Amino acid sequence: MRKVSVSKIRDTVADLCLKANFELREDVLAAIRAAVDNETEARARRILESIIENARLAKSKRLAICQDTGIVVVHLQLGQNVSLTGGSLISAINEGVSRAYMTGCLRSSVVGDVRVRKNTMNNTPAVIHTEIVKGDKVKITVSPKGFGSENKSAIKMFIPTASDEEIEDFIIEVVKKAGTGACPPVILGIGMGGTFDEASLLAKKALLEPVGSSNPKPHMAKLERELISKINSLGIGPMGLGGKTTILGLRILDYPTHIAGLPVAVNVSCHATRSAERTI
Amino acid sequence: MIKITAPLEKNVIKKLKVGDEVLLSGVIFTARDAAHKRLSDLIKKGGRLPINLKEAVIYYCGPTPPPPGLPIGSCGPTTSSRMDRFTPELIKLGISAMIGKGDRSEEVRKAIKNNKCVYFLATGGIGALLATKVKSASVVLFKDLGTEAIHRLEVKDFPLIVGIDSQGRDIYAKAKWKSE
Ligand code: SF4
Repeated sequence: MRKVSVSKIRDTVADLCLKANFELREDVLAAIRAAVDNETEARARRILESIIENARLAKSKRLAICQDTGIVVVHLQLGQNVSLTGGSLISAINEGVSRAYMTGCLRSSVVGDVRVRKNTMNNTPAVIHTEIVKGDKVKITVSPKGFGSENKSAIKMFIPTASDEEIEDFIIEVVKKAGTGACPPVILGIGMGGTFDEASLLAKKALLEPVGSSNPKPHMAKLERELISKINSLGIGPMGLGGKTTILGLRILDYPTHIAGLPVAVNVSCHATRSAERTI
Repeated sequence: MIKITAPLEKNVIKKLKVGDEVLLSGVIFTARDAAHKRLSDLIKKGGRLPINLKEAVIYYCGPTPPPPGLPIGSCGPTTSSRMDRFTPELIKLGISAMIGKGDRSEEVRKAIKNNKCVYFLATGGIGALLATKVKSASVVLFKDLGTEAIHRLEVKDFPLIVGIDSQGRDIYAKAKWKSE
């Protein structure tokens, strides 16, 4: 067993929270640059250019890319040969989040109770997903998730004989309903299969995949391509003001499912899709 | 590019047309969900508001805290439609303009038209860039709300687009993805 101290995990989470909030992902930035070159609407180009300028300023001034610094979603891949030492893993993660948000001047956007709605003032607790994997490493991915886009997410339990068109229509409808609220151009994570919960988690994980990458299965990759082109032809454009650029990227992650079902989850994210990862 | 200064005079507002790109300077006040709710509760109770909203420009924004040496942190707009349920009563109190992102309800559009106000769009997700347009910031009300407190901001050349003008013309009216 390899010993890993939870304090190391705490420090890593803190670092990654800062990095994710200050430095726009290279793949996202590349997709925005490509969109500028492809865009024909003058206003849409100006908005996309301001997004690039914003990323430059955020990084150099250590300012949050977006003031909605999100609720922090932490994905842990924990090697089964790792022995965690030094206290509670969950507390360590939350301490890392709290430290980053307090010292990094990030916004506290978490309320402790969904109905009482009192701000916890340190952006904890995080939402934590843990997966036990082979090996003796710990991979930590931190993804601050804004709620303008999260609020537009949806899941639908299709019947097994649903056609590609029905699935596409559902996903396109989600983007239309999201409208301006998700700060288009958007990025979509799609989870297909598993169960109600698994499809949602896959959709969230799909947002961590590099923009521009595709599902290894040819029929899934085809669906990704078709959806991207259909969504871009909606004409929503940056901030909903028209243009060719409605979506920057879309990834499907899939999993086997039950003979009676076909869950499809759509996690909507924005042009400020943020994440950072490190393996220790 | 049209340059305007807050507080906005009625004849300035009248000249703004939907789609115009403007640079706003002067004083604006932040308020988002929780502050709107509190203002609305105070209005319902019939008391005097602890803040004068006459001719105020309201910015739907919950900024990040200021890093050392800067007046404010990242400060982009939040989704305006969540404020729609409170907006007509604030317009009645005399606010002159709102800044946010996204489309508004028909009720809000009508209230804007009837009271000759204006709704501006700011680009969402560029809060770091917008922070460079803020010259000073201070909390003036509801401090306990943290980021949702009402902040007074002094801005210089804050980039905006007219979303709904004083004649009630809406930039999103013709958006085909909306009507379908
Ligand atoms: S949707 Fe994204 S870019 Fe827009 S305000 Fe929320 S986090 Fe920021």
